[in-house]
Amino acid sequence: MIRDITLGQYYPANSILHKLDPRVKLLATLTFIAALFVAKGWPGYLAATIFLVVIIRLSRVPFSFMVRGLKAIVMILMITVVFNLFLTPGDKILVQVWKLKITDVGLRTAIFMAIRLTYLIVGSSVMTLTTTPNDLTDGLERLMGPLKKLHVPVHEVSMMMSIALRFIPILLEETDKIMKAQIARGADFENGNLIQKAKNLVPLLVPLFISAFRRANDLAMAMEARCYHGGEGRTKMKPLIYARRDYAAYGVVICFLAVIIALRVVL
Amino acid sequence: MSIKLEHVNYIYSPGTAYEIHALKDICLELKDGEFVGLIGHTGSGKSTLVQHLNGLVKATEGRIYFHGEDIYGADYDMRRLRSKVGLVFQYPEHQLFEVDVLSDVCFGPKNQGLSAEEAQERAKAALAMVGLGEEFYYQSPFELSGGQKRRAAIAGVLAMEPEILVLDEPTAGLDPKGRDEILNQIQKLHQEKGISIVLVSHSMEDVARYVQRIIVMNQGEVLFDDVPREVFCHYKELEQVGLAAPQVTYILHALREKGFFVDENATTIEEARDTILDALRSGRQA
Repeated sequence: MIRDITLGQYYPANSILHKLDPRVKLLATLTFIAALFVAKGWPGYLAATIFLVVIIRLSRVPFSFMVRGLKAIVMILMITVVFNLFLTPGDKILVQVWKLKITDVGLRTAIFMAIRLTYLIVGSSVMTLTTTPNDLTDGLERLMGPLKKLHVPVHEVSMMMSIALRFIPILLEETDKIMKAQIARGADFENGNLIQKAKNLVPLLVPLFISAFRRANDLAMAMEARCYHGGEGRTKMKPLIYARRDYAAYGVVICFLAVIIALRVVL
Repeated sequence: MSIKLEHVNYIYSPGTAYEIHALKDICLELKDGEFVGLIGHTGSGKSTLVQHLNGLVKATEGRIYFHGEDIYGADYDMRRLRSKVGLVFQYPEHQLFEVDVLSDVCFGPKNQGLSAEEAQERAKAALAMVGLGEEFYYQSPFELSGGQKRRAAIAGVLAMEPEILVLDEPTAGLDPKGRDEILNQIQKLHQEKGISIVLVSHSMEDVARYVQRIIVMNQGEVLFDDVPREVFCHYKELEQVGLAAPQVTYILHALREKGFFVDENATTIEEARDTILDALRSGRQA
């Protein structure tokens, strides 16, 4: 019943970005982040801005969801900007207050740093908002495939990731249910000092842990009953196959990277 | 008196892609001392509805009155409401957490502010009501059988001495014997203690035998609200919403169609047996 808990950050919509192969989105995000650090000067950032705006429009996800991710890094952003602003040496001093001075170079790096970090977060939000967690782990598994040769248990790691992701909403729902059940018995999770609050959590945490272990046990049993034995020789119900739009997307991303590099070299 | 719901609406995650209109304009009155069955298919809103009764979920729109007082009023004491309206959740055994059965059942009364001795007395009385004797007091709740765990959990709510007991699918996952035991004990509580009971279920069979009134929910709306035999008359509509009337209803209707003079409104197996025997004894067809 409870569906107000979103799976990861995924925002369901019907857009070209939602349909893309997760591998494309993962690699494109990495490329975009790399490009942000390659870019230099206004033209480079202008190109990145245009690219990002187009991608956001294509994703059909409301802009407010994109910015939501920024809330988590506001502090880091502020600190970075302040340090860059005041501590970068430069030729021309714009403002000087006591020993702190703002130079033209400092102002530039501060602004570029802020843009970089913001775009980085928004760019990766586009990926997580348009890709279901399961697709994401599938994509990761395929991309990390070569590591198998180095005896890295790629399939097992991605299976664990999928299971963990799958269980987040279930355990949240369970928490909600147990909390309500204990509130119905007069439990109080809101009032009291820190020690009392911690004590009051016992009626919630004990049943929750028991339920987590029970579910893990049931899942292991079900997997064994279906002869699950790891990644060896395992096929997929929905194998990842590149379609034409995926190649086209790779083309667009490579063009974008080329533009950024060209702008850096030429200017 | 008792609980009155006026135009209650509830919407899950309004304004997002996951929005669900779970309750649509519900108007109900539950009277003192009633034994009500609340029936609906999975997702019909019955669990959401019962969580409104003790204020765990706040209606998006509408008013709820308990003994004439608006429970959404500014200075209404929700904790008192919750000790008057006892809610037993689905799979209540999942909320057990204490080291022994007795202290787990004491949790509710202690939260009501009773002393340890008073709480223990209440707990012992509640455990007796659900048929768990002294030998269970100091056992770990996790070592009991499924049916015993459930009864211990129900005792945990009973120990708060509620005026209204709401049970959400109390028989889910129990074998027929465990189911009958629990339902019989609930009926005894209703008869001996005069507690009002709201029994949530998706099985007509379970409910038909015990309740005085049935409320059928479908897609967040009240479809029928009447005494069992009147509700079962609509067995064709019930089927359309994924429910079924008790099996006897079908047998009696089929017999009637074949020309036997039976009373097709009988709701329990015993009533059905009697009317079939009568029809056979009189020997004559209608």
